[in-house]
Amino acid sequence: MTDHTVRSFSAELEELSGDIARMGGLAEDLLSDAIQATVSRDAALAETVVVRDALVDALQVEVERKILRLLALRQPLARDLREVIAALKIAAELERIGDLAKNIAKRAKLIDLMEPGPALKGLSRMGRLVNAQLKRVLDAYSAMETAAAAKVWTRDEEVDEHYMSLFRELLTYMMEDPRTISGCAHLLFVAKNLERIGDHCTNIAEEIHFLVTGETLTTERPKVDVLANN
Amino acid sequence: MNRVDHAAIKASDSDVRRPDGGPTADPRIKVKTRGVSVFYGDKQALFGVDLDIDEKSVTALIGPSGCGKSTYLRCINRMNDTIEGCRIEGSIEIDGEDIHDRSIDPVLLRARVGMVFQKPNPFPKSIFDNVAYGARIHGLASSRKELEEIVQSSLEKAGLWGEVKDRLGQPGTSLSGGQQQRLVIARAIAVRPDVILMDEPCSALDPIATAKIEELIDELRFNYCIVIVTHSMAQAARVSQKTAFFHLGKLVETGPTELIFTNPRESRTQDYITGRFG
Repeated sequence: MTDHTVRSFSAELEELSGDIARMGGLAEDLLSDAIQATVSRDAALAETVVVRDALVDALQVEVERKILRLLALRQPLARDLREVIAALKIAAELERIGDLAKNIAKRAKLIDLMEPGPALKGLSRMGRLVNAQLKRVLDAYSAMETAAAAKVWTRDEEVDEHYMSLFRELLTYMMEDPRTISGCAHLLFVAKNLERIGDHCTNIAEEIHFLVTGETLTTERPKVDVLANN
Repeated sequence: MNRVDHAAIKASDSDVRRPDGGPTADPRIKVKTRGVSVFYGDKQALFGVDLDIDEKSVTALIGPSGCGKSTYLRCINRMNDTIEGCRIEGSIEIDGEDIHDRSIDPVLLRARVGMVFQKPNPFPKSIFDNVAYGARIHGLASSRKELEEIVQSSLEKAGLWGEVKDRLGQPGTSLSGGQQQRLVIARAIAVRPDVILMDEPCSALDPIATAKIEELIDELRFNYCIVIVTHSMAQAARVSQKTAFFHLGKLVETGPTELIFTNPRESRTQDYITGRFG
């Protein structure tokens, strides 16, 4: 697209998508480190995740401040307007992803004190999948590719399936040996957090679709109902 | 967020004709233009504009300077007739009636289709006489009392009555710019028009006077068909229900205002309203 007649406006919009990319990169790092800390039971790494989440929060505040200013001073319209609104919403999604990664890291510090659970392998697989989803959706945002975003959106079904099987697995361990309940409950929350992060990725995918096309993704996303199967 | 339904918009834009092929059957369409081209001597200013303007609503015409939006506006009350060497092609119907028909008196047409200009142009007369002028020459009042009623109700509709009721004898030019513009609107309303054309009515006004005119336009739309030319995107977005974008003498895109400003179909519209032109 050609530049605005007022070039500083184009620069501000670019700056905004740059901020989102930075937030995304940070969230990605937090997530992969939180998973790594859980799987390898690394309390020190987990602690850095807890600390670094503040950076994501600070960036979100910064993005919101910039958008407030941009709306007041530039009154963006059409695609520009959608771009700004999408940035505002994606920043909020990334901030939530950071929080969930922090929560995983906090639990990793507790799991560290306990016996390694047998479910860690499954958790690690699910973590890799969710991480890949986040990476893909961020790439789709950078490239403004709605097809790539739509793929992330449909692939969330896989994340849900992983969550469901982990849920069943952990339930079995807890029934077999009540001493594992405390550890498994933490792992269950970790899995739930990963599943939530997957949902935030689909929200970002929806924002990308709206940004590019001006239309909302309305078809029902395939869902796996965990509760119905147990 | 509203889902964009281009199909529905297209349907409402399509011309509805009576089975006998007669004039517009859709009562919602007040002004209907087909293939309107305007030439100033050899220079063509408008190229085959097809546009339906809805009854009791505000239609905004936007576009860069020289795009033909004012030329189009001036076609609707045959103001272009007064320009030497100006030629108009195509058909313009108001309520299904061809305004170029020989039976149409341009003076009466201009009473039905009022116009408000960029700069307020009160007559060098009192506030009362400014508003009463048109009613007098068109013989709309049979007594002084009736005339006074017309003046009062017109000033009330224009939101000016409270400010001028104690000084009706003072010259119209003694009012502030914003008040003068509302006086001119009252003058237009006094002759009971169906259509009110506004050519950048707020461009000479401060933000408060502009807000008052916009508020007035919003009230008037319940009784009149209003067509407004504006250079302010924000104003077009605020006051109109339908927006038409002109560029280089052509109508590029028309649709519900909300849609034009959030998700226009044409890239030229997109470029213009986001400030990327040139």
